[in-house]
Amino acid sequence: MNTHTGMESPRGIWWKPAHKTEKMWVAIAFGWCMVLFAMMPIWHLKGGQNPSGIRHRTNPQAYFARAQEFINTYKVGEDHGIPVVAPPPGSDVYLVAMSWRWMPVLRLREGVEYTLHLSSLDVNHGFSLYPVNANFQVVPGYDYGLRITPTEAGDYRITCNEFCGIGHHTMVGRVIVTGEDDSTDVAEVTR
Amino acid sequence: MKSVAFRTCPITGLRVSADAEALIKANAVAATVALLTGGIAAIMVLLTRWQAVHLLPAEWFYRILTVHGMTMLIFFILFFEMGVLYFAGAVMLNSRVATPRVGWAAFWLMVVGALVTEWTMWTGRADVLLSSYVPLRAHPAFYLGVILFAVGALIVVAVFFATLVVAKREHTYEGSLPLVTYGAVTAAIIAVITLGQGAAIYIPTFFWSLGMMKVDPEIYRLLWWGLGHSSQQINVAVMVSIWYLLGALTVGAVVLNEKISRSAFVLYTLFISIAAAHHLLVDPGLSPAWKIVNTSYFMYLAVLASMIHGFTVPAGIELGQRLRGYTHGMFDWLRRAPWGDPGFSSLIFSIIVFGFVGGITGVTFGTEQISIIAHNTLRVPGHFHATVVSGTAMAFMGVTYYVIPLIFRKQIAFWPLARIQPYLFAGGMLVFSLAMTFAGTFGVPRRHWDISFSAAPFDVQFNPAVDLLLGVMALGGLTAAVGGGIYILVTVWSVFFGKPLEAGEASHVHVRNPVGYSEPTPPLPAS
Repeated sequence: MNTHTGMESPRGIWWKPAHKTEKMWVAIAFGWCMVLFAMMPIWHLKGGQNPSGIRHRTNPQAYFARAQEFINTYKVGEDHGIPVVAPPPGSDVYLVAMSWRWMPVLRLREGVEYTLHLSSLDVNHGFSLYPVNANFQVVPGYDYGLRITPTEAGDYRITCNEFCGIGHHTMVGRVIVTGEDDSTDVAEVTR
Repeated sequence: MKSVAFRTCPITGLRVSADAEALIKANAVAATVALLTGGIAAIMVLLTRWQAVHLLPAEWFYRILTVHGMTMLIFFILFFEMGVLYFAGAVMLNSRVATPRVGWAAFWLMVVGALVTEWTMWTGRADVLLSSYVPLRAHPAFYLGVILFAVGALIVVAVFFATLVVAKREHTYEGSLPLVTYGAVTAAIIAVITLGQGAAIYIPTFFWSLGMMKVDPEIYRLLWWGLGHSSQQINVAVMVSIWYLLGALTVGAVVLNEKISRSAFVLYTLFISIAAAHHLLVDPGLSPAWKIVNTSYFMYLAVLASMIHGFTVPAGIELGQRLRGYTHGMFDWLRRAPWGDPGFSSLIFSIIVFGFVGGITGVTFGTEQISIIAHNTLRVPGHFHATVVSGTAMAFMGVTYYVIPLIFRKQIAFWPLARIQPYLFAGGMLVFSLAMTFAGTFGVPRRHWDISFSAAPFDVQFNPAVDLLLGVMALGGLTAAVGGGIYILVTVWSVFFGKPLEAGEASHVHVRNPVGYSEPTPPLPAS
């Protein structure tokens, strides 16, 4: 057993076997780290919610043009001057982040899978779905295609949680999820 | 060789060179000025995030938040760590500083860099926050200041390595490096890797800000976190070294097994550089396989190192106490520990809050699924205030109570206040971190001026519990601010207006005759 402190130079041969309590702790800690290590891939394969998606390089002009085409095709109204879009089930949905708004307002159906594309036209933004609390980084020049299935009808918000300039805290978007056999008029839902 | 002025410390028996002492003092003063600046910014940020007060206007909130991050996490911490390197290198090895003139040049380079960056931030030329994600653009001088500061720090690291060589060559110590110095060496190695990654991103970004080249936003994030996260590993390595140092100073804690503790330090150097990937788990540019490999394999072996130190440091304290005669029952050693010694209480709080709050939150966030619910919410600052403030800064404060009598040779002023300082600071930070973490679970964003979203097109109404939690956060934060204020008052008063310690006079803190110091320090060869 050592009796010197960490301030003193150990003399002679100090590469000695550890005491059994210490060995036991190292073994427990190592075992625990291996459990954590195994859980990362296991959760990725077995878990229901992952941040993986389709990844593309893009550029703001190309992404904006694609989103504009998407908006023009499926536009059903306007809300606070922002187009409201109701894409068909299973389609690719394009959400544009820019300083300082999310465009368009999305009208999705419960229980249907969509591919939600996220990209920014200017700086980094943060996609944060309220009140679900799901958060993704939105980076200019990158198209992040997330496969999502809305599980509950309701009126959701998208806030920005990456600092993007002086208007950061005003950047709020909207997602409406309607029930599977809900035939509510869009204008009614969007006020 | 030219003669170097030394004095022998009557308490520890260490030979302290005048150069090392002066450099430690200068870096400690710069760190304290940074702490005061960053602390004032902290209070303003806190009182703005506390929605009931909402002190600053939006523009100034983001500006002051930038100042808070840069001044605390970069300037305060690094200046202090430079002081630690001079202590762990020259003082602990009874050596001279290899090249004091270069050390001074580096110090002034760091001061100039810090001032340039501060100027850009305070004048509204760099409202980009600490991470300054491209393409959010700051004035070129902002990046230049950071580069100058980092170059200065790198030079100090080089001086530290040179000092190790000098000490070895001049036989100022026998045997291997003391464990505390060994820990500082790992911190210095990580610093080289980290500052290399920093250069790889700040230099291109500087040219980008001048319009001379392009910087990809995702590559920026990747490399910036190579700097941003690895630099936290410098802090961890330095903090753990200070745990061993404070254990030795306050209760004569022993090193259970040199092999185990040193191997744990080696794990830090090997496995931390790419572990920064956990900042990018919900980023678009990187593949799931890359994310998983870098956040599990690389991170958990560094976590293992912290788990080992989390056992060996308290166990060393227990053994030190038992050797000193506190052998009655299972917890006599703990009950009769010097709880009124701010060095000791800081050490214990640093270990507990860093390990249990900072460590557990950090490791859990570093998984794909939890990152989805934690990324950029208040859970993140809740986590790193537990690690870097209650852990690293608390340990730095604790060791200061020994630096004042041993290096500055002054009696600690306002002793009754100093005794309660760690309790206020760590207790406040604990409440602050937990309240922030819980508020974050409701999805409350970090780095946000107004979570009532009053100027937004659509209403967002957080759970009313959030208001309560932010109130608790403010209470904890203000308590910690009082603790921080006492620390600055005590240190500044002691150093500049305090009573010098006469030879043989007892200081308020006692170095509890470390067991190993029964042998006198070996004499130095004539030079």
